[in-house]
Amino acid sequence: MNTEASTLKDLDAVRSMIKRHKLNDYLFGAVGLSFIMLILLTLLVLFIDLIMDGYPKLMSWDFFSSFPSRRAANAGLLSALVGSALVMIITFVSAVPMGVAAAIYLEEYAKKNWLSEVIEVNVTNLAAVPSIIYGLLALGLFVYILDFGTSILTAGLTLGLLILPVVIVATREAIRGIPVAIREAAYAVGATKWQVVSQHVVRYATGGILTGVIIGMARAIGETAPVITIGALTFIAFLPPSPVTTSAPFLNFDWLWSGFTVLPIQMFSWLSRPGADFHVNAAAAGAVIIVVTLLMNGIAIKMRYNIRKKIKWQ
Amino acid sequence: MVTVTTPLKAESRDLNFIYNGGIHALKGINMPLYEKKITALIGPSGCGKSTFLRCFNRMHDLYPGNKYQGQIVMHPDNTNVLDAGVDPIEVRMRISMVFQKPNPFPKSIYENVAYGLRVRGERNKRIIDDKVEEALKGAAIWDEVKDRLHDLAFNLSGGQQQRLCIARALATDPEIMLFDEPTSALDPIATANIEELMTELRDKLTILVVTHNMQQAARISDYTAYMYLGEMVEYGDTDRIFTNPTQKETEDYITGKFG
Repeated sequence: MNTEASTLKDLDAVRSMIKRHKLNDYLFGAVGLSFIMLILLTLLVLFIDLIMDGYPKLMSWDFFSSFPSRRAANAGLLSALVGSALVMIITFVSAVPMGVAAAIYLEEYAKKNWLSEVIEVNVTNLAAVPSIIYGLLALGLFVYILDFGTSILTAGLTLGLLILPVVIVATREAIRGIPVAIREAAYAVGATKWQVVSQHVVRYATGGILTGVIIGMARAIGETAPVITIGALTFIAFLPPSPVTTSAPFLNFDWLWSGFTVLPIQMFSWLSRPGADFHVNAAAAGAVIIVVTLLMNGIAIKMRYNIRKKIKWQ
Repeated sequence: MVTVTTPLKAESRDLNFIYNGGIHALKGINMPLYEKKITALIGPSGCGKSTFLRCFNRMHDLYPGNKYQGQIVMHPDNTNVLDAGVDPIEVRMRISMVFQKPNPFPKSIYENVAYGLRVRGERNKRIIDDKVEEALKGAAIWDEVKDRLHDLAFNLSGGQQQRLCIARALATDPEIMLFDEPTSALDPIATANIEELMTELRDKLTILVVTHNMQQAARISDYTAYMYLGEMVEYGDTDRIFTNPTQKETEDYITGKFG
């Protein structure tokens, strides 16, 4: 009787203690949620503001099909859109094979010693180097030493260097996510390291690798500082030579050496004009950059989701 | 009693194994592996039975710094599979392995079984088709999957996945098959299926199985080895080990007083 009473009393104490402890859950949840809302709202307000400012331009097809002009009303994004697209091609072609190969080597082949440790720390740190430093490096290396000029090739390689660490880190993460059991299964039937890497590890890690690549590219497309540093022009009233021709050999690489502008530079140039009418153009260009970036991130999320649905590790 | 007429398939001679970091996991292991027989390794967790099993197909080579001493000799060719001059890939082509947890590739059922053949450079689709069917039949899963060979292997149940992994290990006609606690992740019915399958496989190949389940060792194996702290405490005929162990430690473990 006596013990029963005391047990009941203890139970009450336990319940109130759980309640007290759970209060912290709610508290942290509320604080966290309000921070997230604050961040999201800020971004949303900025985005809506850009769209409202640039609305007249965004609604006209001419804006996307015209070259820049001295008159704000006629000025368009065409050369910047094409420039950004071509630069991104070079960035992709230069950064992805190199970054994926480097990550595979570091993860699968490199012996674990002090040298690989140093490389590992440096690769991670490279991702945090300010982008203008990459611009300076590219100015010295690509523009002056290699004499590539202020070309699409130079810009693409510069941004490729910039996102290389992002690609390497994402690829290594994706590779590490492949369960040891799957590697051992492949080795156990007699596969070589290269067979395991190429037929299993890289295939199953493709989702993660692509996500890293797209996030890197989304960062590159909005980069301004390094492209300005290499001397990109702000007023380009022509398109680079077409990569495809009507006569043999049908491919033309002259566009690599062409002058160019990219979306963020175009935006920056309009923004620095004194006239308020150009600011409408700048806002519209900003909205376009954000939409492109969001689209790229959206594609990355969708890809990761699709692949995770197919390959779910037990 | 050990039948003297049974031919040897392999034997471990004074095998020592040291993990990277210096842990001496196997100490002077001597053990025969008789052809077309099932040999079971039992012992408490951490006794080195899985470590010993993984020496046979040089799995330890995948991780740097591990060291073998002694020999595991395969017959009739007298190849020491631990010899530094012997490529571990060659060893794995002769000795296949089934793991503790079913680990099919995230590929189709067909591709899982065909993988070993592809690694061996086989390109003839007819030969691969035949081998896949033969292996799936050998692993007693053909009837369940024959109509959906191109489905993802992950859609199979745990027991089916393990039989698929056995089919994968079987497709390449191994001389020895290693089983590392093959039923520890499975329910009793799936376990019974796998055990029955293993006793059928005995007609074709030599089996070495690690098990944490003594009843399983008693049910399926011809020979049993009891290991403790990296040493082989006792080896012998399964019936003899379970009814009349010579070592006190073996008896304690088998009767459940220890472990």
